[in-house]
Amino acid sequence: MTYHIKAILWKQLKDTLKNKAILIQFIMFPLMTIIMEKSISLPDMPEHFFGNLFAVMYIGMASLTSAAAIISEEKEKNTLRVLQMCNVHAAEFLIGNAAYIISICMLGSLVIGCSTGYTGITLLKFLLVMLVGHICSFLLGAAIGTAVKNQMSATSITVPLMIVLAFLPMLSMFNETIKKFSKFVFSEQLFVFMNDLSEICITFESGIIMACNAVLILVIFLIAYQRGFKISK
Amino acid sequence: MKGMVIKMNMVIEIKNLNHHFGDNKVLKDINLNITEGEIFGLLGPSGAGKTTLINILTGQLQASGGNCNIMGISPTDMTGEHYKQIGIMMDNFGLYERMSCYDNLKFYQMLDNNENINIELVLENINLLAAKKTPVMNLSKGMKNRLAFARAILRTPKVLFLDEPTSGLDPKTVEAIHEMILAEKKRGTTVFLTTHNMYEAEKLCDNIALLNKGKIVEYGAPQDICRRYNHQKKINIHLKNGRDITLEHNKECGVQIQTYFSNDEIETIHSTEPNLETIFMELTGRRFEA
Repeated sequence: MTYHIKAILWKQLKDTLKNKAILIQFIMFPLMTIIMEKSISLPDMPEHFFGNLFAVMYIGMASLTSAAAIISEEKEKNTLRVLQMCNVHAAEFLIGNAAYIISICMLGSLVIGCSTGYTGITLLKFLLVMLVGHICSFLLGAAIGTAVKNQMSATSITVPLMIVLAFLPMLSMFNETIKKFSKFVFSEQLFVFMNDLSEICITFESGIIMACNAVLILVIFLIAYQRGFKISK
Repeated sequence: MKGMVIKMNMVIEIKNLNHHFGDNKVLKDINLNITEGEIFGLLGPSGAGKTTLINILTGQLQASGGNCNIMGISPTDMTGEHYKQIGIMMDNFGLYERMSCYDNLKFYQMLDNNENINIELVLENINLLAAKKTPVMNLSKGMKNRLAFARAILRTPKVLFLDEPTSGLDPKTVEAIHEMILAEKKRGTTVFLTTHNMYEAEKLCDNIALLNKGKIVEYGAPQDICRRYNHQKKINIHLKNGRDITLEHNKECGVQIQTYFSNDEIETIHSTEPNLETIFMELTGRRFEA
């Protein structure tokens, strides 16, 4: 039912673009990247330092929090129930939301990529890494949004998760012990890819870690999806 | 017309319906038949099980036992096409607060993929055209109720479920919503209404059921129920000279009333049928608003 997905996408554009809390999530990091990349330049600073750092924070925050906030709000305000009455299937609802959130996040990622100085194939690789990250992050956010009853509960779960996903790659740059643990998180792996976009080389270890992350996120999402959208018995 | 059978179209059929949340039995052996074009009212105090029954009938909740059918289909088997024939207005609105009145209706029109609906006309009918660009969050409760009602009837449904549509509203808005409900009845829509307002039920409903702690304690046309419980069988007369007279309902009273009428002495005359609230009290020992 493509018209359901189209309607949800239209609704999100009308509704969420008036939601300042969500809008800030979308534009904060692209804006910060532009400012930092243009204004700060230190002699020993690695290439694309701020761009990559904010890009990974963008993955950990924007799609995760916006997905959780939007879906949990639908549950809290009872609009999700009305959508179910209109025969909107859970998959249509999630695809509609994913199309909206990931599209906007990819626009933000394009801004980050361009202001970091990526061009041509490197920019495409950067966007590909960002896309993988946003999809993982969206699925986690959607799982939280569908599992909880209201926005308050969603925030209490997304904030610690967001801190782990967004800040662990940065902290791991300064602390070897943290690095040993952070490598198991998908955002750290994506950060590693970003730091050498000229020749992305997926090692066996990286491949296994990313695959495990993907399976885990998908399982969490599917459990929440089945619990969150079933008719109450 | 001996032998003629008038077959009424049953739109909602409920047989021995039960529901419980854990050990708490919220609906007990509910049996109801609601015919096409009827306004049916389910009356009861808060917590009686009214919303639970609506949730079951609209497929939002699966009953623990018994059967129910809406237009011949079990709510659990309803598909999108069946839902298109049903309008639902719930006690909590389910409207998008940041979106305008127009956009809220436009969204549901898009979900139904029905471009034939004139949203401006719908807004005009519910007296909200002037507020068409106003975000829902800035509307009064009465305006939100009217918008939720408009959304429920947007698909011109055959069956309309209204869960306490006038709860907490001012008399003028209540009147406006009553008119909209009666207009739906005129169109042939079957209306299933829950309320704890006995005046609303008496005014709108063809049939009502009194629900107490999940059980139907009385069923019928409001006037019939009131007549059934008229134990006093008296007539109260207020005369133009200010005197109040109570007469026993018998042969002599007819002669007396005729005399008062011929002398043009009567200001008002009432029979002593109890209202629905009194009947509910008599049956359950509880008040509606409790």
